[in-house]
Amino acid sequence: MDPGVKCGIVVFPGSNCDHDVYHVLGHVLEQETVFLWHQKTSLDGCELIVLPGGFSYGDYLRAGSMAAHSPIMAAVRRHAEAGGRVLGICNGFQMLLEAGLLPGAMRRNRDLRFLSVDVHLRVERDDLVYCSGYRRGEVLRMPIAHAEGNYVDTDEALDDLEQSGQVVFRYVDSEGNLATGANLNGSKRSIAGVCSAEGNVLGLMPHPERCAEDLLGNGDGLALLAGAVQAGGGAELTAAVAG
Amino acid sequence: MTPDGKRFVARVLVYPRAEVLDPQGRAIEGALERIGFDGVQRIRAGKSFEVALRAASSTEASEAVDRMCRQLLANPIVEDYSVEWIRA
Repeated sequence: MDPGVKCGIVVFPGSNCDHDVYHVLGHVLEQETVFLWHQKTSLDGCELIVLPGGFSYGDYLRAGSMAAHSPIMAAVRRHAEAGGRVLGICNGFQMLLEAGLLPGAMRRNRDLRFLSVDVHLRVERDDLVYCSGYRRGEVLRMPIAHAEGNYVDTDEALDDLEQSGQVVFRYVDSEGNLATGANLNGSKRSIAGVCSAEGNVLGLMPHPERCAEDLLGNGDGLALLAGAVQAGGGAELTAAVAG
Repeated sequence: MTPDGKRFVARVLVYPRAEVLDPQGRAIEGALERIGFDGVQRIRAGKSFEVALRAASSTEASEAVDRMCRQLLANPIVEDYSVEWIRA
């Protein structure tokens, strides 16, 4: 196991995937991993910050909107702006959008239903640390579990997002093709995950931590978290993005 | 905001932006049609907030409510807001 990075999982009232992420980072990948209560104002030297899934603050107002203004988020913002790694999964992705650390917004799913189902994702970038274990164009299977995962932004903003290569995952069919039936929540351009311009902040609706062990039937998500804990700082990240 | 200023009360209305699909509004439209309301052309489902605050002047109150809307009450990417004054 490589030396890896210290991992911090932020716990909000209503987080419910915090322990799942802890299990994968701490037990499966054997990284030093701590929980960070949302009232804290420091990240305790963690290099990878994970904003986990769940229903922070009961999804009051808009999913992720209250958590985006909690005390720890100022430190998370500084960490992200300094090139540190921040991974938002599901509700954590919604928080990153509400905090303005990633572009776009979420609406209710197209059919208004909570969706808890496995989907197929196509990897659009393999030059990010998070995707270093995948190949571009590879199709993964991962579970989604959300009511507000219908990604939206203006057409101009979406064009910019695509041009700058910030779309990291898209919902596709099992063959890797875009299809309305494969884009269950109705996201614009089938977007399932996006990264910051520098590539150090990643948000996605699917749950890699729920499919990180072959023993449990699907190990497709493990490489994402294994990539996220690879040792190497900002220089490597920048090189990866430039490349 | 000035804690010992005058008391103002605003009603903030937040709606999905016109060009943004409003799945809730669409579902309610469908339901109204099913129970026999044929003439309904459009429903937009939004939120309303009553904000009571103290401020030194109406300008200050209005600016404060506007900032609240932009920073938290509405998400400007998908929502528009408007402010009505109940107590100005």
